[in-house]
Amino acid sequence: MPVTLEKIPGQEERVILNMGPQHPSTHGVLRLVLELEGETVVRSLYDIGYLHTGFEKSFEAKTYTQCITLTDRMDYLAPLSNNLGFCLATEKLLELEIPPTAQWIRVLLTELTRIQSHLVWLGSHAIDLGAMSVFLYCFREREILETIFENVAGQRMMTSYFRVGGLAVEPPLGWLKPVEKFVREFPDHLREYEDLLTKNPIWLERTVGVGKVSAEDAVAIGLSGPSLRGSGVKWDIRKNQPYSSYEKFEFDVPTRSEGDVYARYLVRLEEMRQSLRIVRQAIDGMPEGRVRANAPHIVMPDREEMKTSIEGLIYHFKLVTEGFHPPIGEVYQAIESPRGELGFYMVSDGSPKPFRCHVRAPSFANLQSLGKMIEGRLIADVVACIGSIDIILGEVDR
Amino acid sequence: MMEEPKEPPKAAEGGETPKPAAEGSKAAAPPGKPAAASPKPPAPAGGAAVPPAKPAAPPAKPPAPAAKAPVKPEPWSSPLLDELQKRFPGAIREAVIFRKMPSLTVSKESLLALGQFLKSDEGGAYTLLTDETAVDYPKREKRFDVIYHVYSFQRNDRLRLKVLVGEGEKVPSVTGIWPTSNWLEREVFDMFGVVYEGHPDLKRILLPDEWTGHPLRKDYDILRQDDAWVEANLNIKSGQ
Repeated sequence: MPVTLEKIPGQEERVILNMGPQHPSTHGVLRLVLELEGETVVRSLYDIGYLHTGFEKSFEAKTYTQCITLTDRMDYLAPLSNNLGFCLATEKLLELEIPPTAQWIRVLLTELTRIQSHLVWLGSHAIDLGAMSVFLYCFREREILETIFENVAGQRMMTSYFRVGGLAVEPPLGWLKPVEKFVREFPDHLREYEDLLTKNPIWLERTVGVGKVSAEDAVAIGLSGPSLRGSGVKWDIRKNQPYSSYEKFEFDVPTRSEGDVYARYLVRLEEMRQSLRIVRQAIDGMPEGRVRANAPHIVMPDREEMKTSIEGLIYHFKLVTEGFHPPIGEVYQAIESPRGELGFYMVSDGSPKPFRCHVRAPSFANLQSLGKMIEGRLIADVVACIGSIDIILGEVDR
Repeated sequence: MMEEPKEPPKAAEGGETPKPAAEGSKAAAPPGKPAAASPKPPAPAGGAAVPPAKPAAPPAKPPAPAAKAPVKPEPWSSPLLDELQKRFPGAIREAVIFRKMPSLTVSKESLLALGQFLKSDEGGAYTLLTDETAVDYPKREKRFDVIYHVYSFQRNDRLRLKVLVGEGEKVPSVTGIWPTSNWLEREVFDMFGVVYEGHPDLKRILLPDEWTGHPLRKDYDILRQDDAWVEANLNIKSGQ
């Protein structure tokens, strides 16, 4: 039996309303049970797990390289961020140094992923609140980004492009051309969204003062990412604990102190601008060189090398049939995914498969804050609040 | 059609001889592997002599990672640890640092007091519990590691706490200290069957409430499921 709320004796006139799992505004398969007093939410209950696919169990049955394909499927709007988190955790375990070119490309692509993910968020958030056209514009730009990903990785969504030790393959010649074009044109598009929303009275009516979370509450409940920064906590893992040479890039961490839906909206919009700044720097300063670390016992040899040298052949054979053996130990690596802190806690027992790999999913932690936001507010605000914390159910349920 | 599936069991039954033979020919890996491994040591010398310089570059590198001896976690020392040991004598069973991340193994009894102290300004203001999970080591006497990752904004520092728990033992819930652990503890309970004491609402979170078994335990096979539940609720017969 699905879980539900029991009526409180003496309060029988209150309505218990089921929302989801098939509901367009729940962004996937989230099920809410709301107790309503008129139109006001008094109590709420969350039922998650409809998309539980046992990723963490599957990790234990696959080699490290095979696991990368699984990570795509958790947060399917930011597959490259997930790839990066997993690869960085494994590299930390192996103490592997990555060539600068690979790091730069990783940064560039994950920032484009952030923009792409925020575009989907903005589009769907706006359509939830009744602004249809923004959705169309956002998806127009997202298409350009997806084409860039396809050009580089061969896949639009399930990219699996990063590997332990670098990248899967070198990006094709001239791949930066469309990126440059995007960087040139995107600020105008951003202005376009802002024209439609930022000062729109209906938008303000629906978002300002809705779903307030104070900074203390946000930290206590474990919010992270733009949702936390919308509450005035200036914390970005890219700045505070840089990884993948983020310390070499210049960017600001936007924060707002209001802690409402509107603040989270503004933070994400500004983040897109900052991501664009990083992308621009990455294009300008892109170093030349290999995209894979020189560690033949971990990184697959080039095709050419495999065919012409005996070492290449042996390493290729060993890596394909067996995989690499990280040292025994445990690591935790967090990255700033578009949704917040994405952490990989990995335990290795020295075998080619992770002994345990736990994913600290930002959406999972962020979703917990929803109760604080919606209780005592109107039912229409529930939709605004769900949209504003930007959850991905694939990541919540894992 | 009926005879076909009968044949393989018969062959397996017939004796152990065909089976290993088939296995060896199928994979070709086991016999190939030792053969491939043995020329590895002489390869750098021979390889460098015959082909051009290109393949000589990779073999030059492997000794470097192999020489990285400090694989073992090292003992951790810091002012915070000294302070903790002074305030909670005997509470910290082990303090190690591995890949720049300190990890404290804490006794179950002192977890709450220690957590409370770490959260306070004196203890470093580890106000954010980023992650809580468990690891199952079925061969150990206390089979579960319950893991807490805490973060301090003030010190920009992460810390790992670890509590060793046996089967059926209860762990004090840290929901009173870090409210975010509410769902995280439910997830651990769901996946490992670790029971928390003092949790406000300890029930399954990802799996259905009536599910039996805890999937992330090592003795839970990856293909296993609660057949009775699946049949009753999804109308799918086992093996279908």
